[in-house]
Amino acid sequence: MTTTHPHTLSPEQLATFGEELDAIRQRVLADLGAADADYIRRVVKAQRGFEVAGRALFYVPPAWPLAVAALSVSKILDNMEIGHNVMHGQYDWMGDPGLNSRMFEWDTMAPSENWKYGHNYVHHTYTNIVGKDRDIGYGILRMDEDQEWHPYYLGNPLYAFLLMTFFEWGVALHDLEVDELVAGRRTWAENRQIAARIWRKVRKQTFKDYVLFPALTGPLFPLTFAGNVVANLVRNVWAFNIIFCGHFPSGVATFSMEECEDETRGHWYYRQLLGSANITGSRLMHVMSGNLSHQIEHHLFPDLPARRYPEIAEEVREICERYDLPYNQGPLHKQLASVAGKIFRMALPPRRKTAEPVAPLAETPAAA
Amino acid sequence: MGLAQTLLRSRAVAALATPHPVDRYLELVNPMWAVQEVRAVVTGVRRETGGEHPVTTLVLQPTPTWRGHRAGQHVQVGVELPGIATRLTRVFTISSAASAPGEKITLTIRAHDHRDGRPSVSRHLATAAEPGTVLHLSQAMGDFTLPVSPATPGIDPLLFITGGSGITPAMSMLRTLLRDGYDGRAGRPVMFLHYARSADDQIFAGELAAIAAADNDVTVHLRHGHQLFNEPDLRRTVPGYRDTDTWVCGPGGLVDLVRAAYPDASPARAGRLRVEFFKPPASAGSGSAEGDVTFARAGRAAANTGASLLEQAEVLGLRPPSGCRMGICFSCTARKTEGTVRNVVTGVESSMPDEDIQICVSSPVGDCVVDL
Repeated sequence: MTTTHPHTLSPEQLATFGEELDAIRQRVLADLGAADADYIRRVVKAQRGFEVAGRALFYVPPAWPLAVAALSVSKILDNMEIGHNVMHGQYDWMGDPGLNSRMFEWDTMAPSENWKYGHNYVHHTYTNIVGKDRDIGYGILRMDEDQEWHPYYLGNPLYAFLLMTFFEWGVALHDLEVDELVAGRRTWAENRQIAARIWRKVRKQTFKDYVLFPALTGPLFPLTFAGNVVANLVRNVWAFNIIFCGHFPSGVATFSMEECEDETRGHWYYRQLLGSANITGSRLMHVMSGNLSHQIEHHLFPDLPARRYPEIAEEVREICERYDLPYNQGPLHKQLASVAGKIFRMALPPRRKTAEPVAPLAETPAAA
Repeated sequence: MGLAQTLLRSRAVAALATPHPVDRYLELVNPMWAVQEVRAVVTGVRRETGGEHPVTTLVLQPTPTWRGHRAGQHVQVGVELPGIATRLTRVFTISSAASAPGEKITLTIRAHDHRDGRPSVSRHLATAAEPGTVLHLSQAMGDFTLPVSPATPGIDPLLFITGGSGITPAMSMLRTLLRDGYDGRAGRPVMFLHYARSADDQIFAGELAAIAAADNDVTVHLRHGHQLFNEPDLRRTVPGYRDTDTWVCGPGGLVDLVRAAYPDASPARAGRLRVEFFKPPASAGSGSAEGDVTFARAGRAAANTGASLLEQAEVLGLRPPSGCRMGICFSCTARKTEGTVRNVVTGVESSMPDEDIQICVSSPVGDCVVDL
């Protein structure tokens, strides 16, 4: 175990820290109501609007860039502010089947059923525990010192680029845990259902975007086809970047399985806080990221409606100051640069002596 | 709408809308356009009785997706109450005669009190619904129905015993019989025995009086006031009642009394007595670990230990889907059909029937039934 956390809390501190965060949660839960419902319905309406507009504008060849833009926005909203958040159960309290975590399916290759297991359960419960959280490098990349280096990882930047380009496919295949399969720790039998779901979803998604809608535009087939490819690509690149900024900027801590055994609620909160990073930016940026720009708040309260994260963030920052805990945030370009640096650094074997002074924490509060 | 409906229901349109259901798009244009879900718009409101707990009949025009109902069936009604952004779902019996697909139906609803500060759906529907209000419906459900159709009329006598708003399914059956040509020459006596708190609380009073007066084989017996159901009265009114096909619907107390009057149903009489009753949500004090926990689908039950429902299910050998076991991942969400549960994280207790709960952080308070 090489990771050390410079900002440790005593068990008593962890307990009160947990209580303070629980109190925020209770308060917001009690306050959920019409404003939250109206908000998500407005976003859904906007997303459907962009989608219909995008599909329609492909009939007007000069408007091709507009069509692609509208469809890209539609897919980003669908996946992030709507899909990701709805499937977290953030709006289950509304009792609306259209916004229910068990019913919702999103406009991307990954079937919701598979994704909810890998994301809501594995990633959100075991966040940043090396060896448990499969989102650390997604079984493809080396994103942490504690992942043992291997010559395979020389390709780290290339793999990251490919994962970004084909992100929706990567997310879909992620749940097959192919690396575990190769290592013999997982059997094909365990994957049968998961694979069947992927196959069903992929068929429908591919048919819609690459056959049906292009065919409906008749002679414009190639243009529409290309437009749909680009819209999916735009969404892939954007989602990949936002998500990588959530856990991989430098300063974000990882944890060992030992230190998370019999974990208290306070320590769980502590781990979520130290294991996530925020992106500062405009309101539009927050909406387009599905408020995952508030990754810290999302990880503390994954089932609270994401539109509440900005207001919660102020309280969380205040609590962090009192407990002298780092609150990792920065503008998009800075967090991206930090992530890119890590992707390249991790491609190379660790240098023995300088054994990576974990987390240059000093740089993080600068952007507050 | 015929062609449009066919087109909108086609696989091609579904393939265009995927992964979202077509209804998710249509509802944004007009809530009464649907290809799968059922919604209904209120087209008429009739006050049946007044007083503290008024009863109102709502005439509903469902979307063309409504598949019709058999007399005696009920339907889930979802509605958003003002000031609460949560859609609440309750079950109401359809009071109109059997309907064909897309046909109008009526619901007859008594306004109940707000319980523990929670809003009452029935009170909202009975007092605030107005023409134009849109409700979310399920398809019709339930087996408390007449097994005969107009094409195969039985000749056995029928007996309906109902109390309070339990009159609605019996009324639906009676209306169906009369609408489908039932008259005095059918040779099939129908006895309608109803208990209401007072003459003022009598639902469908005018219609029942007209039915009683008309030339048919229907006898209507109305009992008002403090007169409880009792076996001697039933024996006097319907001498051969134990061998008569009987439908009973009403509050639990009435149902228990009627059941006692039909002792040890012999095989020959098995199935004579059909029962439906309204279960008020059981309310229990906080913190107690009393009562029984029932997992309906598995058919397993045990004494409540006070542990989370997930743990109690697992102790019984069930393996419901679950994940984080701390209330964040929603893998374990299941439907609680009856009883009160306490969320162990928030401490909030909830007694709403047919409610989706996270079983890993919900522990039962008293009797509880979960659809697992």
